[in-house]
Amino acid sequence: MRKFLLISCVGAAALLANGAAFANNDLIELSKDPNQWVLPTGDYANHRYSKLDQINSDNVKHLTPVWSFSTGVLRGHEGGPLVIGNVMYFSTPFPNIVYALDLNHDGKIVWKYEPKQDPNVIPVMCCDTVNRGVAYGDGKIFLHQADTTLVALNASTGAVVWSVKNGDPSRGETGTSAPQVVKDKVLVGISGGEFGVRGSMTAYDIKTGKRIWRGYSMGPDADTLIDPENTTALGKPVGRDSGTNTWKGDQWKIGGGATWGWISFDPDLNLIYYGSGNPSTWNPKQRPGDNRWSMTVWARDADTGVAKWVYQLTPHDQWDYDAINEMILANQESRKVLVHFDRNGFGYTIDRETGEPLVAEKYDPAVNWASKVDLDKNSPTYGRPSVVKEYSTEANGEDVNSQGICPAALGSKDEQPAAYSPITGLFYIPANHVCMDYEPFHVSYTAGQPYVGATLSMYPPKGESNMGNFTAWDAKTGKIVWQKKELFSVWSGALATAGNLVFYGTLEGYLKAVDATTGDELYKFKTPSGIIGNVVTYQYKGKQYIAVLSGVGGWAGIGLAAGLTKGTEGLGAVGGYAALSNYTALGGQLTVFALPSAQ
Amino acid sequence: MQINALVRALTLAFLFACGTSAMAEAPGDPKAVKQDDKGKYLDSKGDPTFNVKPDGTVDWYTYSGFRRYHSECHVCHGPDGEGSTYAPALKNSVKAMNYAEFYGIVVGGRQNLGGGENKVMPAFGDNKNVMCYIDDIYVYLRARSGDSIPRGRPEKHDDKPPQAADAEHACLGDQN
Repeated sequence: MRKFLLISCVGAAALLANGAAFANNDLIELSKDPNQWVLPTGDYANHRYSKLDQINSDNVKHLTPVWSFSTGVLRGHEGGPLVIGNVMYFSTPFPNIVYALDLNHDGKIVWKYEPKQDPNVIPVMCCDTVNRGVAYGDGKIFLHQADTTLVALNASTGAVVWSVKNGDPSRGETGTSAPQVVKDKVLVGISGGEFGVRGSMTAYDIKTGKRIWRGYSMGPDADTLIDPENTTALGKPVGRDSGTNTWKGDQWKIGGGATWGWISFDPDLNLIYYGSGNPSTWNPKQRPGDNRWSMTVWARDADTGVAKWVYQLTPHDQWDYDAINEMILANQESRKVLVHFDRNGFGYTIDRETGEPLVAEKYDPAVNWASKVDLDKNSPTYGRPSVVKEYSTEANGEDVNSQGICPAALGSKDEQPAAYSPITGLFYIPANHVCMDYEPFHVSYTAGQPYVGATLSMYPPKGESNMGNFTAWDAKTGKIVWQKKELFSVWSGALATAGNLVFYGTLEGYLKAVDATTGDELYKFKTPSGIIGNVVTYQYKGKQYIAVLSGVGGWAGIGLAAGLTKGTEGLGAVGGYAALSNYTALGGQLTVFALPSAQ
Repeated sequence: MQINALVRALTLAFLFACGTSAMAEAPGDPKAVKQDDKGKYLDSKGDPTFNVKPDGTVDWYTYSGFRRYHSECHVCHGPDGEGSTYAPALKNSVKAMNYAEFYGIVVGGRQNLGGGENKVMPAFGDNKNVMCYIDDIYVYLRARSGDSIPRGRPEKHDDKPPQAADAEHACLGDQN
């Protein structure tokens, strides 16, 4: 029956075709259809841009919720829904329920899938039990469960087609990221950087779930799928054993480099792009060396997983500046680039064929841990950040509290994805505006137990009261075009549209629409809970809709829920500053918006 | 040291499992009445407690507990024992929970599932980063529970007693 419903939407008919090659071409084509939202990232370039313009900067003030749906789960709701034909699909935080909702009937449940998982996985998830969404391809919906099971569900019925275990939660390996279907494979990363896991990206066969390749973030060349002669870093071959020779002893075996962010794909270059996270532990003294290839942008061959190039943004991390944030693929004149807003506060524009950095500038003026990134090709520190000693937790040492470091460990931006509008040429960054004190100390490793080794406290930059920004960025020049302050971190993925609009959610629970050119706020609506999900849009039966998940939590739910530390220096101006718990409470809900019929 | 700690952990976990938390005795007056041979302050029942001097200087163990709490506990329980969107504020929990209960839960974990809740506290019994500092964490939270110390990093603290350093190395089993 569901098949008929799917076929009834012309744009979706092709997806019923069989064959792996078809799945690939289908997804490339389907992701260009603005009526649907078929990839967790919107399109393979991670633009999160829609050509739909029915809702625009003139009429958005009339936007109104048209239906809503409780997920029945209380914890942090990251990610966003897919829309394929007349069905919307999304997943919840643990227990990772997947819903298929019928757009013909205001979200009537077509099917619901709830996996059985050992609840002991819950406490080995570092920052709430989030799940960043499902993927679609070859007539299946792919769910990456908290316990690292990757399961393929029949998109029409919810029946399990295949299931495979990607990691071991008893060692602290967990699943939070959205899978990405690329050609005939399902790609999936792993979480657990605070538990001493060794991160990897793995490709499974879309038909059977058979493992095709796995590339680790560190380890011997055979594990990292690095070719010593042909894989390059900053334009030069990396040489042998690059994944072990910047580590002391066997520390690389518990070296971190988790891969819990978003995945991009360039079909012409046949390369996938993603980032690896922090080296374990957070105490830099326990892991001397650059700790390659944590904190790295990866370009891998989509078929074999072999690395084309790597670029380590934050060698020998001392602040937890994961490089997992999304890689947005864009073109500048004839050059193919990727734009990446790193946790470390720098916005990078990188040649995505060679991995050569072109621009690296601060997208938040508060960033102080490094003065710049050295882009002089002839310099011995080419490609590396120029670290300011005062803010180096390595230089200051164990048991010393390094103060006033900006950004905080959650970065100037975390996983919440930015958007890119080809019309304005601007990137729209949902951003944090938080600084920290960081005191590293010695820890011992126990498998499956937290492996952190640092004490942190977080607060807004001195003299300021806002902990978030929404920023428009020019990636050619590396300059902020406009910046809109938000009370709390903006922890929601942005959406840009051809209607001269950009949408995002706030931690208080507002869905906001701003003018894409000026940043002027044109619309806001307070949903039942704080938004850490990603805004999407689709068109059904000629009408454009906006959809977003509410449900406060995630890392934002840790530090901010309790409010700011009283008496912290520099907070004099924020007497009225209150805790997030004064604005919103827990609760997962999907809200769908549209214009009233008369508009 | 390590064996002692383990035996004590198991004993207390056993006590906790066999008692009922509703019937458990509430923690007593946190006032410090004496110090043990490692410089740790104890209350009149002999349970670990904090000591804050009139000028705000906290004892070493309270300071150590601040650091260890913010390494091991705060990713779920929030800064300064204030709680998060998905784990309770421990500065409040320790008002009703006595030392033995606290110890038992840290060692053995606890679950609160169903009814829309998916809360699981892991068992830290084999985690040295927690178990070697469990008293420190407890006294820190006890100090926070009555606002005997404010939020944030304690500004002044006593020096680390040499016995504390020795006990730490013995418990961690490291040479550093």
